[in-house]
Amino acid sequence: MDKLHLLLALSVGLFAIGLLGVIIRRNLLVMLMCMELMLNGVNVSLVAFAQQTGTAIGAVLVFLIFVVAAAEIAIAIPIVLLLVRAKRTLDMDAFTDLKG
Amino acid sequence: MGEAFLLNFVLYLPLVGIVLLMAAPPGQEGFVRRITLWVMALQFALTVILYVQFDATVPGLQFETRLPWIPAWGVYYQIGLDGYNVLLVLLTAFLGPLVVAGAFTAITKDVKLFYAMVFLIQFAMMGTFVAQDLFLFYLFWETMLIPMFLLIGIWGGERRIYATIKFVLYTAFGSILMLAAVIYLVWSLQQTTGITSFAFADLYKAELPLNAQIVLLSAFGLSFAIKVPMVPLHTWLPDAHVEAPTAGSVILAGVLLKMGTYGFMKLGFPLFPDATHWFAPAIMVLAVISIVYGACLALVQNDIKKIIAYSSISHLGYVMLGLISLDLIGIQGAVIQMVSHGLTAAGLFLMVGMIYERCHTRELAAYGGLAKLLPVYSVFFMILTLASIGLPTTSGFTGEFLVLLGAFTASWQQYRQGAVLPLATAVIAVSGVVLGALYMLRFAQTFLFGVEKAPHQPLVDLDRREKAILIAIVAAVFLLGLFPDGPMKKTELAAKQYQQLVSTPRLPGSPR
Amino acid sequence: MSHLLTLIVVLPLAGFALNGLLGNRLGKGFVNAVGCGLPILAFFATLKAWAELEGTGAPIVDIAYAWARIGDRSFEVAFYFDRLAAVMALIVTGVGSVIHIYSTGYMKDDASYARFFAYLNLFLFFMLSLVLGRSLLVLFVGWEGVGLASYLLIGFWFEDPVNARAGKKAFVTNRIGDAGFLLGMFLLWWAFGTLDMDRINLAYANGASPAVSASLVGILLFVGATGKSAQIPLHVWLPDAMAGPTPVSALIHAATMVTAGVYLVARMSGIYAHAPEASMVVAVIGAATAFFAATIAITQTDIKKVLAYSTVSQLGFMFLALGVGAYGVAIFHVMTHAFFKACLFLGAGSVIHALSGEQDIRKMGGLARRIPVTFVTFAVATAAIAGIPPLAGFWSKDEILWNAFASSRGGSPVLWAVAAATALMTAFYMSRLLWLTFFGKSRLDPEVEHHVHESPLSMTGVLVVLAALSAVGGFIAVPHFLEALLPLPATPEALHHYETPLVVTSVVIALLGVAAAAFFFAEGGARAGRVRESLAGVHRVLYNKYFIDELYERLLGRPLTWVSDRVFLRIGDRMLIDGALDGLARLAHRAAGGLSRIQTGHLNLYMFFVLLGIVGTLAWSFRHG
Repeated sequence: MDKLHLLLALSVGLFAIGLLGVIIRRNLLVMLMCMELMLNGVNVSLVAFAQQTGTAIGAVLVFLIFVVAAAEIAIAIPIVLLLVRAKRTLDMDAFTDLKG
Repeated sequence: MGEAFLLNFVLYLPLVGIVLLMAAPPGQEGFVRRITLWVMALQFALTVILYVQFDATVPGLQFETRLPWIPAWGVYYQIGLDGYNVLLVLLTAFLGPLVVAGAFTAITKDVKLFYAMVFLIQFAMMGTFVAQDLFLFYLFWETMLIPMFLLIGIWGGERRIYATIKFVLYTAFGSILMLAAVIYLVWSLQQTTGITSFAFADLYKAELPLNAQIVLLSAFGLSFAIKVPMVPLHTWLPDAHVEAPTAGSVILAGVLLKMGTYGFMKLGFPLFPDATHWFAPAIMVLAVISIVYGACLALVQNDIKKIIAYSSISHLGYVMLGLISLDLIGIQGAVIQMVSHGLTAAGLFLMVGMIYERCHTRELAAYGGLAKLLPVYSVFFMILTLASIGLPTTSGFTGEFLVLLGAFTASWQQYRQGAVLPLATAVIAVSGVVLGALYMLRFAQTFLFGVEKAPHQPLVDLDRREKAILIAIVAAVFLLGLFPDGPMKKTELAAKQYQQLVSTPRLPGSPR
Repeated sequence: MSHLLTLIVVLPLAGFALNGLLGNRLGKGFVNAVGCGLPILAFFATLKAWAELEGTGAPIVDIAYAWARIGDRSFEVAFYFDRLAAVMALIVTGVGSVIHIYSTGYMKDDASYARFFAYLNLFLFFMLSLVLGRSLLVLFVGWEGVGLASYLLIGFWFEDPVNARAGKKAFVTNRIGDAGFLLGMFLLWWAFGTLDMDRINLAYANGASPAVSASLVGILLFVGATGKSAQIPLHVWLPDAMAGPTPVSALIHAATMVTAGVYLVARMSGIYAHAPEASMVVAVIGAATAFFAATIAITQTDIKKVLAYSTVSQLGFMFLALGVGAYGVAIFHVMTHAFFKACLFLGAGSVIHALSGEQDIRKMGGLARRIPVTFVTFAVATAAIAGIPPLAGFWSKDEILWNAFASSRGGSPVLWAVAAATALMTAFYMSRLLWLTFFGKSRLDPEVEHHVHESPLSMTGVLVVLAALSAVGGFIAVPHFLEALLPLPATPEALHHYETPLVVTSVVIALLGVAAAAFFFAEGGARAGRVRESLAGVHRVLYNKYFIDELYERLLGRPLTWVSDRVFLRIGDRMLIDGALDGLARLAHRAAGGLSRIQTGHLNLYMFFVLLGIVGTLAWSFRHG
């Protein structure tokens, strides 16, 4: 197994853990952290591919994702705060108001 | 250039009217009404000038404007008058002031918005008729829907929401099909000839394979057939008529329904002649079913608006029969029948509106002996009823007689070559005149004769405004009944072109 | 080219317009002057046209304008005046004018006096377009128009729903015939490209093999004629039409409009001469109608109903003559019938007027002395219709009987026998009417008894004129006058020795009928009562007109309403079409409802779907990668 495959395996692992976390955990903050994990899983794969192909595009994309992730957190945390203020809980099961 | 400007001016005048209405100070309802009437009257006067100047001996477009709009797609802003639309434009402009005047006392809620909507629909209808580019046509076609939706939805009767939703769903369904067909048609024109164009004149040249024609005609045809309406796509009409305010009914019956038949005549049949030939038996049968079915249903209605609504279905069946007969007399008859129905149905709806304002019910059984209570009203009502039956000297006779004559002679010709179906449809259509007399006389007899009875007595007979409206309509009815030659001269070249376009095979070797 | 014919037609139209628009405002004098004056003017104009016709000998053609020109075809509003048109136009304007004069007395106290005269003038306008029209189109305009005038006048007293219904029945029944008429007209148009009747006749006369079967066209046109002229099976409207004012019954439903069908067939004789099958149909229907209507007339008790069925029966006679090719004779009978039937109806009107509206002959009797002028004129007209020589009816009826017997174009002893039996019944029921009305003891209501009075001069004068015409009208040799235009059928030489015996027979028949009526209805009709009781079943059938109205109602009227309401409206519109649409709407609603269940609001579940999506996409990409 070469370096690329190892890195890809790491990336998939991170993404899987993140996705699983989002699916099974109920705590809002943990779910947010898991989403960050997923993003970083993707980042790892992008860096790996960038190295493999010898171009800078992957690295550039990673920086873009950093920025997006930062912005996302900057918005998500206040939203979470507002939600907590509304229902006094971090449990996702309390927030099913959009039930169809 | 000056002439083309006149047509544009006529077309956009209602939009000017809307601007004027917006400028009107709030609460000035009398002012709003007068402004609207004047603008409409001006539009009619200018249209009369257009009509008079329209040269019957010149084929093709007159007063034409053609400006590039979206050149990359081959879309042009192209409008003009030709034999197909000249009478219908005149009819639209003629009914405009009458609709407005007819609504003077009936509409008291949101007057400004109401007249703005009437202007908008007038603009859209005019535009649909004069458009000579499919893109533009579709645009106007869709624009008509919105003001009509609002007219019924805001100023309608009790079940107006049900009626509007039904109306919009039906028409929107047809429109979607038509949109898809428009795109497909232009695309295949480009594929086959390399020309990217929405102009009718170019589209007439498209040589499409038969099955493509069939698909396209089905799509266009459904959209038009819903508007006509042909049985079995007609159930929106009675509901829409019943719930619509008088002005809405008049516009609907007077002009809007003609969009369907005009669409068939200008687009549906000439664009896809081979498919038309393929569909012809089905269209004939449906037209005759519409005639008989509409008449039968009119016979058993108890709502006076529904009677007229179903009679419209029957009358427009004659138009379809005339158009598909491909006989010059039949085609000319169909055009006259369109105008005639526009006049009589509009007149009858206006009269129903007048009695509704007095008695607040549309129940036929609530009335009787109006000939005694409202003698002047009854005279006009009787004349319009007889015109609707197609009594000689009225416009209804001109239309029906020529349609039936054309349809019958064409079908007899086919019968001699072994086809029985057209003859059967023509014969049944001729028998339709009996049913017509049956339902209209039942209506008139219950309404006008017998023991005097009406809610909200004592009734006041027609005032000057109402008389003026009806005199205008009745005069037009007799003019078209006694002297149809002038109007028919104006449409003759178009009728010939239509006949020639539809009866020559577009694809080499198509059966005829 | 002069527009004399157009003028003749337009004069009454002007009367209609003036009376309709201004009549109520300008009062009775104005209405009388316009209403009677213009028809009389039209009568003199017709005389002038006739003089011109006799002067030149060629038919007068007057093209008013081109109604429609389509392609290379053209429809013209044109009028045509030959001897046939002359006879008809003179009847229409002549009899029409005197009936207008009569109406000034009869309708004197009616609230809608101006409206009445407007309608009468309108009728004359359409009737004149009918008889003077050159093309079938103009004829058809008049044809439909007289139907309209008839509709308006039958329902003139529209407050009574029965009258309005009778008007509608007349109009709709006529429309059924019109559908046939239209088809025949279209066929002719297809074959000849013209609707001008003189050209069509010429084409049939010259053409070796006409493009369209004469019999088919003939039968279709005859369908129209059965409607307008109240022949079986479309005869049902005419008796009901008696709901209109009596002058209307006289003018429209006896003298002129109902003979339009006869005129049509005679005018298109070029076709019928080449259509033996159609001619046979015409003859048979005519004979049958004559016979059945006469049987019904025997039992009726309403004075106007008796006359109505008598009209139907006489029209049958005319069609019998047409069917055997004796067109001129049929027109002759149209003329004599116009005289005596108008006289009878107006006489009946005078009786009704005298009895303040009573129409039931069982409540009359003994009026001969009370209203002598009416009585004498009525008696003359009755004798005329019964066929007593030398009155008008005798001549025309005898010619019909002779042609029915001997014509080489379909005459047969059977037709003669039916016609002779009808003639016997005619003499019988007319004399019955005369006896019950004028002879015997008075059976009047005491109320009415006091007010019995002879009618004013405007009415009795007209009666006298018409009675005189009924008496001497038979000496106007119409068949001979029309011979050049409508040649009489040849009669086989071998039958000629029957001619005198047949004339004698028909005189005997007439006298027999009168005598039988005198016998049965003398002494208050006791003998007739006994016959009626012994034949109660037959009487019931005849009195109820063979239950044909009820039959039509069951077979046509009700099923039509039923199908329209139950099948078309409830099943077709509401269940199938709207039902299908509602079903579609409901389907969309349900499907959306099902899908909305997975929208739980749990973010975790949504992410799980994302997982499924990713796995699915990966699986697909591996499969196809």
